[in-house]
Amino acid sequence: MIRDQETLNQLVDTISRFVRERLVPAEEKVAEDDAIPEDILQEMKDMGLFGLSIPEEYGGLGLTMEEEALVAFEIGKTSPAFRSIFGTNNGIGAQGILIDGTEEQKQKYVPKLATGEILSSFCLTEPDAGSDAASLKTRAERDGDHYILNGTKRFITNGPHAGLYTVMARTDPNNKGAGGISAFVVEGDTPGLIRGKRDKKMGQKGAHTCDIIFDNCRVPAENIIGGKEGQGFKTAMKVLDRGRLHISAVCVGVAERLIEDALHFAMERKQFGQPIAEHQLVQAMLADSKAEAYAGRSMVLDAARRKDAGENVSTLASCCKLFCAEMVGKVADRAVQIHGGSGYIQEYAVERFYRDVRLFRLYEGTTQIQQIVVARGMVREAQS
Amino acid sequence: MKILVAVKRVVDYNVRIRVKADQTGVETANVKMSMNPFDEIALEEAVRIKEAGKADEVVVVSIGPSQAQETIRTGLAMGGDRGILVEADPDLEPLTVAKLLKAVVEKESPDLLILGKQAIDDDSNQTGQMLGELLGWPQGTFASKVELGDSEVSVTREIDGGAETLALNMPAVITTDLRLNEPRYAKLPNIMKAKKKPLDTLTPGDLGVDTAHRLKVVKVEEPPKRKGGAKVGSVQELVEKLRNEAKVI
Ligand SMILES: Cc1cc2nc3c(=O)[nH]c(=O)nc-3n(C[C@H](O)[C@H](O)[C@H](O)COP(=O)(O)OP(=O)(O)OC[C@H]3O[C@@H](n4cnc5c(N)ncnc54)[C@H](O)[C@@H]3O)c2cc1C
Repeated sequence: MIRDQETLNQLVDTISRFVRERLVPAEEKVAEDDAIPEDILQEMKDMGLFGLSIPEEYGGLGLTMEEEALVAFEIGKTSPAFRSIFGTNNGIGAQGILIDGTEEQKQKYVPKLATGEILSSFCLTEPDAGSDAASLKTRAERDGDHYILNGTKRFITNGPHAGLYTVMARTDPNNKGAGGISAFVVEGDTPGLIRGKRDKKMGQKGAHTCDIIFDNCRVPAENIIGGKEGQGFKTAMKVLDRGRLHISAVCVGVAERLIEDALHFAMERKQFGQPIAEHQLVQAMLADSKAEAYAGRSMVLDAARRKDAGENVSTLASCCKLFCAEMVGKVADRAVQIHGGSGYIQEYAVERFYRDVRLFRLYEGTTQIQQIVVARGMVREAQS
Repeated sequence: MKILVAVKRVVDYNVRIRVKADQTGVETANVKMSMNPFDEIALEEAVRIKEAGKADEVVVVSIGPSQAQETIRTGLAMGGDRGILVEADPDLEPLTVAKLLKAVVEKESPDLLILGKQAIDDDSNQTGQMLGELLGWPQGTFASKVELGDSEVSVTREIDGGAETLALNMPAVITTDLRLNEPRYAKLPNIMKAKKKPLDTLTPGDLGVDTAHRLKVVKVEEPPKRKGGAKVGSVQELVEKLRNEAKVI
């Protein structure tokens, strides 16, 4: 439910212009330096991009899901690395506290996340617990008014830079399943929280992940999210549920950018005496990409509107993540194909995007996990 | 101190301009519109002066259709304090706009008036100068630097082959050139808050100004299509072509 069309138009326009004028021209440099320039980072903070989905009472913009999707479409039109740096504060890094945290936890941390004063991370995955996150082994043992955390978290986005970590750890060693897990907020300078070496990734250069190691890390008991043990896995699932529509919208934005690049190239490049955009087989690639991106845009907006209207959209959100992540993979593949040999050369952005978008099918639930979620949802609904 | 900034709603600078089929003007239906870029610079300068503690209020004025409210809201999101819309035809002539602005100035009594040097739609570059004359105020046009004193403002102007610095007594009219500053992107929370800032609407009738057209547009045409270029192999060939084909030397 969009609250005010005029204000929203201005918001989307401003972001779209910022993306076009500031971020797109910096893409190559970000990829080459594997870092986002300090001045751009500051501009993103000044603009308020770190608090898009954080409620206004905590200093954010409090966008509705539909508004957030419209904004994410625009942000998708440049390197996903830019989104990654403010993505955790809007998404997985902040939502745990927002959804299930106590009022004190929200007051203490969320305003700083909204301004980007601190970056946040979400620590679920472990070396031996990926898709099967409920099997995680990181331990949190009660010791007086503290918990002592021990274990290793893997591939943690913004891990090297974060000042605040949402950490899922097992508080009940006798319960090996989801019910034994609790979620904690851990401040970045807590002794025993160790940041590992930065991972060398396939793409999304400029966005960083690393292991986060907990070595007898003492966390105050009041930092357990929501104040109750055993709720952590549910919290983590709610966080991921919300993020799926956002990631889907980013996939749509990237697809639209790639289509624009591919179309532009196809209209300029001549072979056999005419622009390649006149050849029917190239047209088929353009048309398939356009139709699929449009389908993605439509389904994301539909699911977002339903969510804003109060519907449970778990299954639909997984449908979106499943479709849009695969869709942008196909669109990127065709964009490279349309560019011919040039698509394999770094001078053209499609080469970089082709590697960047591969991630969307893997994190925040792989495509296979989305399929499982969707099918289980279907069965559950048919049974009820 | 009060600063008045005039902003115009024009076709966005990224849009490929199309001439209407009947050649009466430029297509504006379903075309993205934005604040004239020179006016953004004017507003940025005003907001910077206010942020430096040298002004108390920045008033954003636009003359145009009701949608020009959006342009004013953009200005309020960038840091303007309140807005005034004079609701009128989008294609008023510079002299009419100057008269309307003069009437607004008489209501508002600002100490400084900042405008873009021209609007990118018709590139007239007349309104600021006409307004200065109508008000009998000193004017500093094509400003690339503005420094505020107590009762004076120093304006560095871009002129052929260099820069000229003028000292103007206030109140004064300034028009901005491209190099004056780099306008900010509105902060997203300020965009949300802009909706709550006051915006008054007036009509030319309220201001007692006759908006009848005195100029007639005869025809609007696309510029001739550029022909493709050619590469030459040597300086000799270039000279030969310039002399015999292009006949320019
Ligand atoms: C760049 C990057 C950033 C990341 N950021 C974060 C982060 O910030 N926080 C965080 O906690 N994690 C993060 N992750 C981790 C990510 O969420 C996991 O990598 C992902 O969930 C997959 O887990 P896995 O790597 O262990 O693969 P596995 O779970 O081992 O999966 C391997 C393959 O098996 C398939 N598979 C697994 N189980 C099933 C099944 N039941 N049925 C069918 N197929 C199955 C998978 O789909 C996949 O194809 C990040 C990963 C990357 C690469």
